[in-house]
Amino acid sequence: MSPQRIVPARNWGQSILAAMLLVVVGLLVYMVGSSRHINWGAIPHYILDETILDGIKLTILFTVLSMVIAIVAGAVLAVMRLSPNFILSGFSSLYIWFFRGTPLLVQIIFWFNIQLFIPSIDIGPLHYETNAIVTAFVAALLALSLNEAAYMAEIMRGGLLAVDIGQHEAAKALGYTPAQAMLRIVFPQALRVIIPPIGNQTISMLKTTSLVSVVAAQDLLTRTQNIYAKNFLIIELLIVASIWYLVMTTVASGIQYIIEQHMAKSTHEKSTVWRAALRIMRAEGSGR
Amino acid sequence: MSTPDDSAPALMVEAVDVHKSFGLVEVLKGITLSLRRGEVVCLLGPSGSGKSTFLRCINHLERMTSGRILVDGQLIGYHERGGGLYEMSGRELAMQRRDIGMVFQRFNLFAHHNVLANIAQAPMLNRGQSRQQALDRANALLKMVDLEGRGEAYPYQLSGGQQQRVAIARALAMDPKLMLFDEPTSALDPELVGEVLSVMRRLAAEGMTMLVVTHELGFARDVADRVVFMDQGVVVEEGPARDVLDHPRQERTQAFLRRMR
Ligand SMILES: Nc1ncnc2c1ncn2[C@@H]1O[C@H](COP(=O)(O)OP(=O)(O)O)[C@@H](O)[C@H]1O
Ligand SMILES: [Mg+2]
Repeated sequence: MSPQRIVPARNWGQSILAAMLLVVVGLLVYMVGSSRHINWGAIPHYILDETILDGIKLTILFTVLSMVIAIVAGAVLAVMRLSPNFILSGFSSLYIWFFRGTPLLVQIIFWFNIQLFIPSIDIGPLHYETNAIVTAFVAALLALSLNEAAYMAEIMRGGLLAVDIGQHEAAKALGYTPAQAMLRIVFPQALRVIIPPIGNQTISMLKTTSLVSVVAAQDLLTRTQNIYAKNFLIIELLIVASIWYLVMTTVASGIQYIIEQHMAKSTHEKSTVWRAALRIMRAEGSGR
Repeated sequence: MSTPDDSAPALMVEAVDVHKSFGLVEVLKGITLSLRRGEVVCLLGPSGSGKSTFLRCINHLERMTSGRILVDGQLIGYHERGGGLYEMSGRELAMQRRDIGMVFQRFNLFAHHNVLANIAQAPMLNRGQSRQQALDRANALLKMVDLEGRGEAYPYQLSGGQQQRVAIARALAMDPKLMLFDEPTSALDPELVGEVLSVMRRLAAEGMTMLVVTHELGFARDVADRVVFMDQGVVVEEGPARDVLDHPRQERTQAFLRRMR
């Protein structure tokens, strides 16, 4: 006796929707692909163009530098924010409120034009033209770092608060100095909560750096614009840039995945802190 | 174990008229309490009566509102200068706390450290012990709390009773003069209470000065030299363990003990 065949129920609604989706996407791809207005040959020609590659280097440099500065500044701001001293915590709150409450684009343009109200910097006998110091590069880096620091401060504050207060008390009761308690007990545990959102922010930053093109800071988008300003292959070069942004964010996501796997495998994966980290990681959007 | 010499003060803990308010609420209303060297005192009382708060004032985890606390003759938390009390810096407080062990209701083992690191880190950082000395001592202490060979385990891999015994070993690793226990068995499943209490009995037998907040009346009767009953921020009654537990004189003590049985 052969077993009876079991036929799962079919969801016709979903099947019809899927078919419609295939048709629409197929049509779109066909329209773009067959467009005589897009010079497809230009894409492979420019994808490894030296100017584009230089732009990528700068985009990565902006991302790495601004994240490093933001992490350090964010840690300081987070500790200040949690301080019982109301001037310290007030300053930190104000900073976070201001830099999260104004558009990054405005901040970038602001730093680029800072010489309008600080024309020169005089330290004793030393005299500098602000223009010479705050180049497009410096203005862009300042804006990205100071803005990101506000987000980092909140992430780190969340991480510090996620560590059970009992951990800090036990350290105090054992005679750890305040610095020892922070560096040896609280911060290492906060890291598990902090690292996943830092990964998200870094990936986000790879794309956010494109905003600095408004001050021609020579990142990937600036270079792309420079090229299409001359040859008018606008769509083609934007596709080139998009491909590279996708490559960078995909690689960064891969690195993030590896780090998170590594963290999950480490011995204390079941600690409450790690569970909190997973929860926040899943809930956390990019924040911008 | 302790050998009181002539120069050392006879009292290990001397708390005088300790007041503590949280905002407008006065939680401790003038607690005066002393422990002699080597004495074991159990602190009983209903929930919310201020037992934990008082214990936490003794190592200055809580800042008292007024009063004074001396441990081994040393004023805790403050420098006395010209009639005023000036709170110590974080570093100075840390140095004082190194001589006062504390065991928490919720164990509070460091979640990112294994058992050995939990025990050995503090003596390596602040008692000048080498890594080897601290690890040897940690292993000896693990043996004492019946956890030989569990040094590599992480806290989450241990039962509550095991975690609490590690927490006791961790406190002892600093060679404290005084041990404070804040309901060390209240968070445990009933079958795990015994193993923690037996470690504490051993410690008491070795002559450790202990102040124990607990609801374990059997332990108090067997081990405590003295029992102090607190209610609503005041000491209601105190005396030899058996006197207070078997023949309480105060109404509130009687009512509390009736409820505990
Ligand atoms: N940090 C705090 N802030 C405000 N009130 C507190 C704080 N800690 C304790 N209390 C209050 O003080 C009282 C005594 O608490 P506690 O010392 O924990 O009592 P017990 O340990 O005897 O149960 C309680 O009413 C509690 O709500
Ligand atoms: Mg309590």
